[in-house]
Amino acid sequence: MTLVETHLKRRTILKGGAAALATLSAPAVLRAAEPAPIKVGILQPVTGALAQDGEYGRLGAELAIEDINKAGGIKSLGGAKLQMVFGDARSNPEAGTQEVERMQEEGVIGIVGGFASPICLAASQAASRYDLPYLVDVGVSDQITGRGLKNTFRFAPGFSICTAAAIQNLVRINEAAGKPAKTVALVHEDGLFGSGLAKLMATELPKYGFEILDQIAVPTPSRDLSNVTLRLRSLNPDLIIPSTYYGETVLLARTMQQQRVRPKAVYAVLNGAASNRRFVAEFPEAAEGVMDCNHWYDPRNAKSQAVQARVEAAGKPYNYNIPLNYSSVGLLADALERAGAAERGKVIEALNTSTFKDHLMPYGETKFVNGQNMGAAPVSTQVQKGQIKVVYPSDFADAKPMFPANG
Amino acid sequence: MYSPTILIEAMINGLLTGAIYALIALGLTLVYGVLHIINFAHGAILASAMFAVWGLNVLGGIDPYLSILFLAPVFFALGYGVQRLIIGPAAKDDDGNILLITLGLSIFIENALLAGFGSDTRSISSDFSFSVVEAGPFLISSPRLVGFAGSLVVTALLWFIMSRTDAGKAIRAVAKEKLGASLMGIDVGHVYALTFGLGCAALAVAAGLLMPTFYVNPRVGGAFVNIAFTIVVLGGMGSIPGAMIGGLLIGLVESLSGLLLGESLGQIGIFIIFILVLLLKPTGLFGAKA
Repeated sequence: MTLVETHLKRRTILKGGAAALATLSAPAVLRAAEPAPIKVGILQPVTGALAQDGEYGRLGAELAIEDINKAGGIKSLGGAKLQMVFGDARSNPEAGTQEVERMQEEGVIGIVGGFASPICLAASQAASRYDLPYLVDVGVSDQITGRGLKNTFRFAPGFSICTAAAIQNLVRINEAAGKPAKTVALVHEDGLFGSGLAKLMATELPKYGFEILDQIAVPTPSRDLSNVTLRLRSLNPDLIIPSTYYGETVLLARTMQQQRVRPKAVYAVLNGAASNRRFVAEFPEAAEGVMDCNHWYDPRNAKSQAVQARVEAAGKPYNYNIPLNYSSVGLLADALERAGAAERGKVIEALNTSTFKDHLMPYGETKFVNGQNMGAAPVSTQVQKGQIKVVYPSDFADAKPMFPANG
Repeated sequence: MYSPTILIEAMINGLLTGAIYALIALGLTLVYGVLHIINFAHGAILASAMFAVWGLNVLGGIDPYLSILFLAPVFFALGYGVQRLIIGPAAKDDDGNILLITLGLSIFIENALLAGFGSDTRSISSDFSFSVVEAGPFLISSPRLVGFAGSLVVTALLWFIMSRTDAGKAIRAVAKEKLGASLMGIDVGHVYALTFGLGCAALAVAAGLLMPTFYVNPRVGGAFVNIAFTIVVLGGMGSIPGAMIGGLLIGLVESLSGLLLGESLGQIGIFIIFILVLLLKPTGLFGAKA
């Protein structure tokens, strides 16, 4: 009897299961009218040393995907929605590469992000094996777009564009103020980004009459920067140009404030803190007057203002990673729209001929040459009364430069 | 190349920073000396103590120095509990487990901090953070002076506990001869937990002394823990004065070689000394003969 009962029960369950399956499959039939979502890989370091930047980058990409989907998805593909496949690059290139492999298996149409140069270098290389479009969000190393990879694009300015702009902006700002700054001390992190930048500045700045007093390399993380500050105090340069990540810039600025090192100006280049609202909020005195030549959004752009309001309403600072990733996802969506097919080759082709302008940055239309957007440029910012203002070039400026910042 | 004023100020900076390094190394050397384990979670515990100091300051407006009075006993209790409930039982089966346990603990704490506080770097800012003492031509950071004094007080206190109290004597007995001590009626498990607790309490003090000038993020322990390991080996494993002298020495060497060779190469001086000690006196400056 028991056996029969069990048998019966099993049958009942099977019947029930079949009915349930039929019910479940019904919406699937209905859904078939809507095209399958397009998977987009978002790669950011959200754990490890660069996690803070990675979080901002992810937020920018998420907001962009949300907005694109709300606006009806990719219209040329029947309104297909974008679906984020997120990968944590864990602040190192190996993890970044692993995540690219995983995203490849999940069938993404392209990857956006990477943040740090070493991660972008490795991840874009890995993506190139699959002809997978890769859009670098920040990674400034010139090598990234200089290797002739067909799949790699950078919407933002690279290293040489940034340095050239930083020098040009500095020279103009200094000239306009009657050339008060003559001597320079460079403080840089000792990795690929900081050392390369310091080397370039040390060769270029003397051509404009600046004298380089010293180049001081600091490790990341640094435990103590009292000695660096001590050296700066003894050198007494007119200008200090720091190219360091967040923690070290904060440490340097605090120690300088404490040790009363007050150069005519602190003019950072691609700095990890000087254009970070958290730094300004937490150390208003140390941050006041600090200038930076960096990625920044167009403060006059209405769309950017709207995104900024949303980010700030959520209690987060509107740092440059957000508009950069927002714009990069927009660029990919625009390419998909024009490609009219979720095919990698066609998307790459569409990116190559991109004239994207619906972005949040102070750039014109996108124009890619060997994967680098030639329309991209950084701006010079300055912390003025607790606010980060664009001070140069004047086309995008929302304040005048305060130079020299200290008497 | 540098004026004597700068060299002297660099030396002062080095000694002041070295005292904090020493305090961080103190817990490590104690735990190694008694429990014979390398505590890989040391840096993560320091990071959590720094977050605790930061949290008390931001949420409760409590001064970092004042928070030490509250956090040192809390971290002592936490350390005691962790040793009793996690490390101790694991060590019963196989000593090799301990390394994995402390490593796992480190990963757990780091990720818990990441989940709880996010990856942002945070700091405490007060007027005192920026104050300096002017001694002739030298500008000496007041928070670092307090850190130096605090570190000396803790070392002296710990030395007193170890040499003058029953608990200290029990700890030393267990460190020297575990089996003998247990035969004499000493509860070895309790002594282990006591030692681990003391190590954690020292980290809580270090956190309170560091926060007025340093920043915290979930990975901040990494910046200090390597140097602490070096100090432990240099000073002699398990030696309290060794940790202090080793810390001061490392601070001094790091500061001077950082100034003369460049900040990135500051570590070279430390490791040259480290290798020399290993070659000439492998037990460390104050270590007992093996």
